[in-house]
Amino acid sequence: MAKAGSELRLDGNGNPVWLLLELTYQCPLQCVFCSNPRNFADYRRNELNTAEWIEVMRQARELGAMQIGFSGGEPTLRKDLEILVAEADRLGYYTNLITSGIGLTEARLRALKDAGLRHIQLGFQSTDRATAQQLAGVDCLERKLGMARAIKAQGFPMVLNVPITRQNIGQIPQIIDFAAELGVDYMELANVQYYNWALLNREQLMPTREELQRAEAQVQEARERLGDRLTIFFVIPDYYEGRPKACMNGWGAIHLTIAPNGNVLPCSQASSFKDLDFPNVRQQRLGEIWHDSPVFNLYRGDAWMPQPCRSCDEKEKDFGGCRCQALLLTGSGANTDPACSKSPHHQLIQQAVALAQQPHTNRPLIARHASQGVNLETTP
Amino acid sequence: MTTVPIDLADRFEIRPPFMFRWEHSQHAHVLLYPEGIVKLNKTGGDILNCCDGHTNVAEVLEQLGALYEVADANVIRNGVLRFLEVSRGKGWIRIKT
Ligand SMILES: C[S@@+](CC[C@H](N)C(=O)[O-])C[C@H]1O[C@@H](n2cnc3c(N)ncnc32)[C@H](O)[C@@H]1O
Ligand code: SF4
Ligand code: SF4
Repeated sequence: MAKAGSELRLDGNGNPVWLLLELTYQCPLQCVFCSNPRNFADYRRNELNTAEWIEVMRQARELGAMQIGFSGGEPTLRKDLEILVAEADRLGYYTNLITSGIGLTEARLRALKDAGLRHIQLGFQSTDRATAQQLAGVDCLERKLGMARAIKAQGFPMVLNVPITRQNIGQIPQIIDFAAELGVDYMELANVQYYNWALLNREQLMPTREELQRAEAQVQEARERLGDRLTIFFVIPDYYEGRPKACMNGWGAIHLTIAPNGNVLPCSQASSFKDLDFPNVRQQRLGEIWHDSPVFNLYRGDAWMPQPCRSCDEKEKDFGGCRCQALLLTGSGANTDPACSKSPHHQLIQQAVALAQQPHTNRPLIARHASQGVNLETTP
Repeated sequence: MTTVPIDLADRFEIRPPFMFRWEHSQHAHVLLYPEGIVKLNKTGGDILNCCDGHTNVAEVLEQLGALYEVADANVIRNGVLRFLEVSRGKGWIRIKT
């Protein structure tokens, strides 16, 4: 296929292009891999109201944001979702809904369509009922299947997001067949990012090298068989690659997340930095936060980089990896992402990978739950 | 990939889920799609701007020729047809039926 000469790399010219609204952290499901904060329940009483969300969207649009994602938690729990989507569409955003499907109805789907919603990402665990329940914490397979069909029936473009774990990796062929049959456009076999609940359960969730290689072959086979009918995204996870992911295209480069309480984050995982004083849209304008706040400037560009990143010729490619992963695993967000084989902390990743190769343990999976003051810490 | 050659009578339109519009903050036309953005250069933007479901390819050539004041019609013709082909290959546009 010919290459387009007219495609320019979009870097935002120093402005945000992506806006992720985490409308609420409340959720009817309890996924064992959930990346929401462990203290998600604390956010409930401080959620932004409709007018505040609209003001956030307006300010971000002024800064240049073009893509908007409505996520959470479960965004459909917000009764004002249709109002927010309509306003986002009016402002010129490309609107994406990121949902588990639980909380949606056909009537609401129609209302969202009328409001101008363009695209839906549906979180999906498995076509096998027991596995779906094991991962989502709740028996939800029938409702998910029904919602997936309803979304397609309404004519929405849809991506199925399937976080891949030991528990569902063996069912990839069945999940692909289901997606193809349903007429899903894109399917993302997402590598679980080990933060929050996923980090708690890492040892039980991480697939083995062998399982990943088998999955890769199955995906390749399906791509050849299905051609243009279904596009499947699947990459080998950073833990196994020896190179980190180009997280967020760099800190404070193109992405803005707004937490339910109005905190402004360079990435949805950034609340892992317990010591940072995050700016809040209730106190400050977004433009000022984006350009001038200490939090957004902390790891912007490459001046903060330690060795080996500082003199590495790949730093334009991965920006030194994920700051949150560096913090959670090495204790400092200013270190090279330990997923990189050049990191002096890479043995932390190698140890986790070695653990994952052992036979399945019987340690139970911990479902997402409100901790009520009990602080569960991961054992390194 | 084998594709049917472009006919001068074809009328192209932007193919959903793509959304095409001018973006002031980028001083450029952009194509937005689920989880992605393509920023177009001046010519690319001008060509896609003609893919409105009404204008046929012959008219697109005429309009672009006038816009760019290029003497040699072949230069415009080759450039535009190639760009339309690439855009169709990428799924950005489709023939309006
Ligand atoms: C946090 S959820 C919020 C929206 C909604 N509740 C849902 O599950 O779709 C956003 C997306 O991230 C995915 N996800 C959740 N935890 C993840 C993790 N630890 N790593 C990678 N993806 C994850 C979910 O499958 C979902 O597609
Ligand atoms: S990943 Fe699961 S638990 Fe977390 S917000 Fe989405 S549906 Fe809820
Ligand atoms: S040393 Fe740093 S910049 Fe180089 S590849 Fe590793 S993480 Fe990326």
